[in-house]
Amino acid sequence: MEMKDRLKIPRQPMPEQDPKVRARNFDEVPLGYTPETAKTEALRCITCKNPSCVDGCPVQVDIPGFISRVMEGDFIGAARHIKQTNALPAVCGRVCPQEVQCEERCVRGKKAEPVAIGRLERFVADFERATGDVAIPEAPPSTGKKVAIVGSGPSGLTVAGDLVQLGHDVTIFEALHKPGGVLVYGIPEFRLPKAIVAAEVDYLQKLGVKISTSFVVGKTSTVDELFEEGYDAVYLGTGAGLPTFMNIPGENLNGVYSANEYLTRSNLMKAYKFPEYDTPIVKGRNVAVVGGGNVAMDSVRTAMRLGADHVYLIYRRSRAEMPARIEEIHHAEEEGIELHLLTNPTRYIGNDKGWVVGVECLKMELGEPDESGRRRPVPMKGSEFVIDVDTVVVAIGAGANPLVQSTTPGLNTNKWNYIVADEETGQTSREGVFAGGDIVTGAATVILAMGAGRKAAQAMHRYLMSKK
Amino acid sequence: MSAKILEKQQLSENVYKMVLEGAKIAQKRKAGQFVVLRIHEEGERIPLTIADADPVKGTVTIIFQVVGKSTGHLADLNVGDVLLDLVGPLGKPTHIEKVGVVACIGGGVGIAPVYPITQALKNAGNHIVSIIGARNRDLIIMEDEMKAVSDEFIVATDDGSYGYKGFVSQALEDKYLLPGKKIDMVVAIGPVPMMRAVTDTTRKYNVPTVVSLNSIMVDATGMCGACRVSVGGKTQFVCVDGPEFDGHQVNFKELIDRQRIYLNEEKECYDHYCSCRLGKGGI
Repeated sequence: MEMKDRLKIPRQPMPEQDPKVRARNFDEVPLGYTPETAKTEALRCITCKNPSCVDGCPVQVDIPGFISRVMEGDFIGAARHIKQTNALPAVCGRVCPQEVQCEERCVRGKKAEPVAIGRLERFVADFERATGDVAIPEAPPSTGKKVAIVGSGPSGLTVAGDLVQLGHDVTIFEALHKPGGVLVYGIPEFRLPKAIVAAEVDYLQKLGVKISTSFVVGKTSTVDELFEEGYDAVYLGTGAGLPTFMNIPGENLNGVYSANEYLTRSNLMKAYKFPEYDTPIVKGRNVAVVGGGNVAMDSVRTAMRLGADHVYLIYRRSRAEMPARIEEIHHAEEEGIELHLLTNPTRYIGNDKGWVVGVECLKMELGEPDESGRRRPVPMKGSEFVIDVDTVVVAIGAGANPLVQSTTPGLNTNKWNYIVADEETGQTSREGVFAGGDIVTGAATVILAMGAGRKAAQAMHRYLMSKK
Repeated sequence: MSAKILEKQQLSENVYKMVLEGAKIAQKRKAGQFVVLRIHEEGERIPLTIADADPVKGTVTIIFQVVGKSTGHLADLNVGDVLLDLVGPLGKPTHIEKVGVVACIGGGVGIAPVYPITQALKNAGNHIVSIIGARNRDLIIMEDEMKAVSDEFIVATDDGSYGYKGFVSQALEDKYLLPGKKIDMVVAIGPVPMMRAVTDTTRKYNVPTVVSLNSIMVDATGMCGACRVSVGGKTQFVCVDGPEFDGHQVNFKELIDRQRIYLNEEKECYDHYCSCRLGKGGI
C-alpha cells in the first residue's frame, strides 16, 4: 500500500464490552484487536528514522521495530522483539498511560491521531500467549552471584527478568501469597485479567527466577539476614502499600474502606466470587468513593460490578485536575458512575450499630495554584450537604510501607519515609542495596516502576560483576 | 510457603491445637506475635496467635476455636494435610521486662495467646499470677501449661463448675485488687467483652493493663487497614502497631462493632460449607 493511502487509514477503534453489560461483570472491558485490525493499524505507522515515540517510553521499547513486524503479519516476531526490552508487554499494553508517553510523541498525532501503540503491544503479547508459542531464551552462563528482590510488583519483576538473563541467581521475596504486587491486589480483573499476570510471572520462572511467596522481608528475615544467607545484592521494590485516610470523624465506621482493602478483597482474595471464595466484601447499594486517581476509578467500577444502585465519585477539585487516565474516567462514566466534583467529605455519619449511613460534604471552588501547580480547592462556607451511602471507599493515595525501612539500619529515607535512591542507578545509602518504583518515588505508574527497575538492574549487574 | 500439619489435638468442644511445619517462623517468633495461614486456593487469610514454637524441630503451634467456615474447615483437616500458605511472624512482640507482680489473664481460647507471654514474663523474673477462665469446666484449656509458668494460679468458670464462680475480671478484683494485694501489671487476652470487663476493673485501681486484639485482617502487614482500631483517640493498625495495646485507651465499642461487619456473610459461608460437608458424607 502506498504511503498516501496509509495516511488515510483512521485509527482503529478498540472493540469493547457494552457499558450496560460490563458494568455488572468482571470480564475485561476492551476485547482486543483482531489480526486484521492490528495489521491495518500498524500500517498507520510511518516507521520514522528518528522515532520520538521510543523516547516517550520509560523502558525504551523499539516501537517502530515491533510495529513493522505487525505490518508483515509476523505477530510472534513482534512480541519477541518487545520482550527484548520489556518483560511484561501484555501488562503494559493494558495499563500504561500511552497517551502521555509513546503515543503523545507519535508524529502522526500532530495532524491526525497517533498510532495505537498500546493496543498493538497488547495484541501481539496476547497473540503469542494464545498460540502457546512462547520462546524461552537459552540460559546464559551463571555468574555465581545471588540476588534477592523484595516485592514482586512491576519493578521487582523487571529487575528479576533483566538480572536472570545476565546469568545471576535471582530470588523474589513476596509478602502476599501470590506474586504480582499491585498487578494482583490492586488492578481489577476487568482492567488486567489475573491469568495474564500469572502467565508473565510464569515466563520469568521459566527463565529461572525463583519466587518465595508468604515471606515478609523485615519480619521473616531482615535485609541484613538475607546478606548473611549469602545474597550478594538486594533490590527493594516494596511499593506504596500504606493506606491513607483523611482523619475525619467516622472514618472507622463499618462500611468505610481504604481503597487498598476494598481492592485487595475483591482482586487478590476474589471476594466478588463470594461464597465460592471465602473472603467477604460489603456489597453496598449506595457507594461513595473519595478521590480522583486511577485507584478511585478502579474502586467505583468495582462497586458497580458488585451490584450497587448508585456509585458516587467524590473529588475535591474539578475534572481537569483529576489524576486518573481520561480513558478510565470515560469508562467509569459510561458505566453510570455519578460524579460529585469540587466536593470534599467532612465527616461520615453512622447509625447506632456503627454502620456508615451518610457522608457529609462541603462544596469547593478553585483558588490559586498550590505547590503541585494545580488550583487549590477552597471550601465554600455553609455549603454542607449529605449523601446517603452504606459503603465508602477512601482512595486518596498511598504511602510507604515502613517494614523494610524500620528493620534495615543505615538505609536513608526522606520525610515521607520513602527510600532515598539514586535516580539513575537505584543505589541506596547501603552498599549492595538498590531500590526503585513506588517505594522511592511515591505512588506512580506500573511503567515508571519498570523503568526504575530497568536502570537499577543495569547498575546492580555492574556492582555484582565488580565485586570479588 | 506451604506448611504440613504435624500434630492435631482437640482441647475442648470447639478448640483445637495444631503443630505446623514452619522452621523460619519458629526461629524468629517472639511472644505476642502471630501467623496468617490460608488453607486452600479459595480460602481466607486467617490470622492466629503463635501459642508455642520449637526452633529446634522447626515447628509452630496454633490453637484456635471453630467460629465459622474457615476455622471449621481447619478443624476438619488432619495430620499430614498441607496448608497452602503460612506467613509470619507478624505483629510486634510483647514488651517483656521485669515489672514485679504480673497478672496474666486468659479467657476461653484466649488462654492460648496469653500462654507464651506468661512464659516470657516468667522467664524475665516476674512473679506471675495467672487467672484463666471459661464458661464452664469443659472449656478450660492449657491448665497444666499455665500452672507450670505461674507462681499463683486461679481457674474461674461462669457457672462455677470448676474453681472460682464468676468472670476472670471478678476473680481478679475479689482475690487481689479489692484486698489490696499488689499487682503491678495485667495482661488480659480473650473475647472482647472479657477484655473490656478486665480493663474497666483495673482502671478503678489504676493498674496498667495490656490487651491483645483480634480484629478482622486481610493482608496483616499494614497494607489494608481492615484491622484499624481507635487507641487513645488515634487510629492504629492492629497488625503492625499491635496486636497489644494499652487496654485503658482502646475503644472497645468500636472494636465490637467492627468485628460484626461480616456477620451475615460469615453465617452464609459457614452454612454453605456445612451443607457441602454433609452432602459429602462428612462428619
